[in-house]
Amino acid sequence: MPMDEIALDHGHDHDHKPGFFTRWFFSTNHKDIGTLYLVFAIIAGIVGYGLSGLIRWELAQPGIGPMLWIQTTFFGLEGDAAVTAAKHFYNVVISYHGLVMIFFMVMPALIGGFGNWFVPLMIGAPDMAFPRMNNISFWLTVVAFILACISMIVPGGPGGNGFGGGWTIYPPLSSAAGHPGPAMDLLILSLHAAGIASILGAINFIVTILNMRAPGMTLHKMPLFAWSMLVTAVLLLLALPVLAGAITMLLTDRNFGSQFFIPNGGGDPVMFQHLFWFFGHPEVYIMILPAFGIVSHIVSTFSKKPIFGYLGMAYAMVSIGVIGFVVWAHHMYTVGMNVDLKAYFVAATMVIAVPTGIKIFSWIATMWGGSIDFKLPMLWAIGFIFLFTVGGVTGVVLANAGVDHALHDTYYVVAHFHYVLSLGAVFGLFAGWYYWFEKMFGVKYNSFLGGVHFWLMFIGSNVLFFPQHFLGLQGMPRRYIDYNEGFATWHYISSIGYAITLVGTIIFFISIAEAAIRRRKATSGNPWGEGATTLEWTLPSPPPFHQYNELPVVNTKGGH
Amino acid sequence: MRHLTAALSASLFAAPAFAAVPVDGAIDFQPAATRIAERVHEFHVVLLWIITLITALVTVLLVWVMVRYSQRANKTPRKFSHNTTVEVIWTVVPALILVGIASLSFPNLYYQNVTPNLGEIAATSKKLLAENKTAQHLAYTKNHFPDAAEKGFVNVKIQGNQWNWTYTYPDIVDESGAALEFVSNGVHKGRASDPTDAGPRLLATDYPMVVPAGRYIRYYTAASDVIHAFAVPAFAVKTDAVPGRLNEGWFLVDKEGVYYGQCSELCGIDHAYMPIEVRVVSQAAFDRWAELMKAGDYDAAAASVRQVASLDSETKFASSN
Repeated sequence: MPMDEIALDHGHDHDHKPGFFTRWFFSTNHKDIGTLYLVFAIIAGIVGYGLSGLIRWELAQPGIGPMLWIQTTFFGLEGDAAVTAAKHFYNVVISYHGLVMIFFMVMPALIGGFGNWFVPLMIGAPDMAFPRMNNISFWLTVVAFILACISMIVPGGPGGNGFGGGWTIYPPLSSAAGHPGPAMDLLILSLHAAGIASILGAINFIVTILNMRAPGMTLHKMPLFAWSMLVTAVLLLLALPVLAGAITMLLTDRNFGSQFFIPNGGGDPVMFQHLFWFFGHPEVYIMILPAFGIVSHIVSTFSKKPIFGYLGMAYAMVSIGVIGFVVWAHHMYTVGMNVDLKAYFVAATMVIAVPTGIKIFSWIATMWGGSIDFKLPMLWAIGFIFLFTVGGVTGVVLANAGVDHALHDTYYVVAHFHYVLSLGAVFGLFAGWYYWFEKMFGVKYNSFLGGVHFWLMFIGSNVLFFPQHFLGLQGMPRRYIDYNEGFATWHYISSIGYAITLVGTIIFFISIAEAAIRRRKATSGNPWGEGATTLEWTLPSPPPFHQYNELPVVNTKGGH
Repeated sequence: MRHLTAALSASLFAAPAFAAVPVDGAIDFQPAATRIAERVHEFHVVLLWIITLITALVTVLLVWVMVRYSQRANKTPRKFSHNTTVEVIWTVVPALILVGIASLSFPNLYYQNVTPNLGEIAATSKKLLAENKTAQHLAYTKNHFPDAAEKGFVNVKIQGNQWNWTYTYPDIVDESGAALEFVSNGVHKGRASDPTDAGPRLLATDYPMVVPAGRYIRYYTAASDVIHAFAVPAFAVKTDAVPGRLNEGWFLVDKEGVYYGQCSELCGIDHAYMPIEVRVVSQAAFDRWAELMKAGDYDAAAASVRQVASLDSETKFASSN
């Protein structure tokens, strides 16, 4: 169907949905694109979570076990060749676990999925500012993911296929000397595609939020999730070009004889780390800020109280975003930086604890005096607050360069960032999933299955990650396929934790299937009652294909 | 001498007097072997108390609101959304706590990160003694070691390679003026052919790095291919070995023994198989080791430092295996 006909169609029937192929492949509708992103994130999540399963399976016991079995069983290798291949394969698994989870699971789900779905609905906009750009953002993300998957199965470095240098892709291990094969080049192209997709998406969000709010909705009345997406989008816009620059330099180093990061030619590998973490640190806030926004709405909704300290909450996110750009080198305390520089990064890093503390305490204050309904999204939100606190305080420990010299690149760091991401961002993600499930799909989820899912994930991920603090303190280094028997017990318990989350994840998929089969139709647009005050709850569930033909007028006092 | 020979034949790799290895089920740092590590651990205990109390506070508040303000306990929600006093408190108090943490953190960082000026240490110690400031001298010598300072640094260059370490002792030179330099390989490679009696798995090496006890050790790290990181948990030191750069660090160990570390920057296939074994021995044993190394008899040299340690273990730790 030619484009002008689609436009005409939309002209006379606002809820006319295009045919399947047009609707899902040429989609310009923010809700459909949001759904596509969520489906994509679930698929990528299965891959990333599967890779982490391989890690925990391998590390359940000392010695090289499952990785070797995979090499001998599926690739027919034997003896030392199988051992070498197994070691490389393990490095590939940890690398792509990180990359897939960050770029293709958490970001697409929180930003592409919930951001696309709910930013326009919450600010009273009919769609995103640039619907076609929205479409290309999504499909570029798919292209990026396909490139990453191909990268896994083409020659990487000595030892086998795929890139095995960690998600941080530090040269010289990622240079032609370390990984001469095309895997790394494909990975660079993948990151470029994902980066362009995110930059386009960020522009879309910024323009939408700044220009398309409903009449009367000033920035200071805007829902906190929209605030979180605004800050996230600005971070993306400023951070990703730096990553793009760094990986382009890496690409020319590898293929065109430049020597940005090659010491023999006067380059410096540490410069790559500075560029990478100038992107990489804002990136961790890019992953957690949307979760902050989601949790704020859930806490307010189920406490039946307005958000406590709305402006403080909004500007805490803004300041986290700003400070997030000046703390990057705390990832690099051991590279041989000047000690005064380290002292600066210690101080700057610890400052972030203040706005983060404001957020934690404001959530509790929102609950204070409320009438709390412990529905499923609220359980995930409370779980988020607790687990993010645990992950946050170990961040304060690691901020101190003196202590970090002992803990850098150990499992303590692994535990820390999984508490804030795997338990923080992901709990925020599931909180949003259950909070908006009925709104998005028009059917109710099964509370019992959702509750089992929550408790298994809460218990499992704590069993999985808490013992890793102990491993790190004892000196267990990161990214090791094998370890001394002195680390065995906690690794074993950690792997049991994974098994618990695996059951939880299976329950999650069962709950989706159950909801799809039983189709308990939503009876009203607002299942949560008086506490749910943002605009999306004024629409039916699911919302019409095109909403807000007449723009809503916002005249309430204060923000959400 | 007869004793020595007997011990030698008993076991080349008998457990030494003190071995810094990970302990299964442990939940804390490995025991501190340097003042750097002691200070890190002391600071970490303070941090641990602070973060535990903060987490406990948040947990108690969460549980309290969940119980007191549940739908059942509180039917009608209140509608307040501001309270300037508490907002100021939860901004200022954490900031003050962080200032407190920073005030402990900076001295700790500078202590470990700035290679000490040995001349100054010796002079300061003498001056304090001369002025009869015994208390100050005692405090000063907690962190500084005048006796060791008098003797100067023992310098070691540590180069990371895929996948072993090259140790160079620039001050130990043979007749031709060439510095002592040797490669240290892990004895375990994750292969079926790995030895089972060659020391702790994935930690033991063929030729260990050897340093004298009670001396200031200044090390430089470098790398020949990709980035590696020299790390010994019991010393609380970790320094990246970066191609094209020379990074510097220091430590001083009083207690003789063997201290194990592992490469701590992902460096490719055998990242987990390039351990660091540091043998800390008496000055006499160190000198003897250096002579044997210079003579090219690496095995005898390695045996000599392992032997001294195992003699100790026979007398002091007879039951240890």
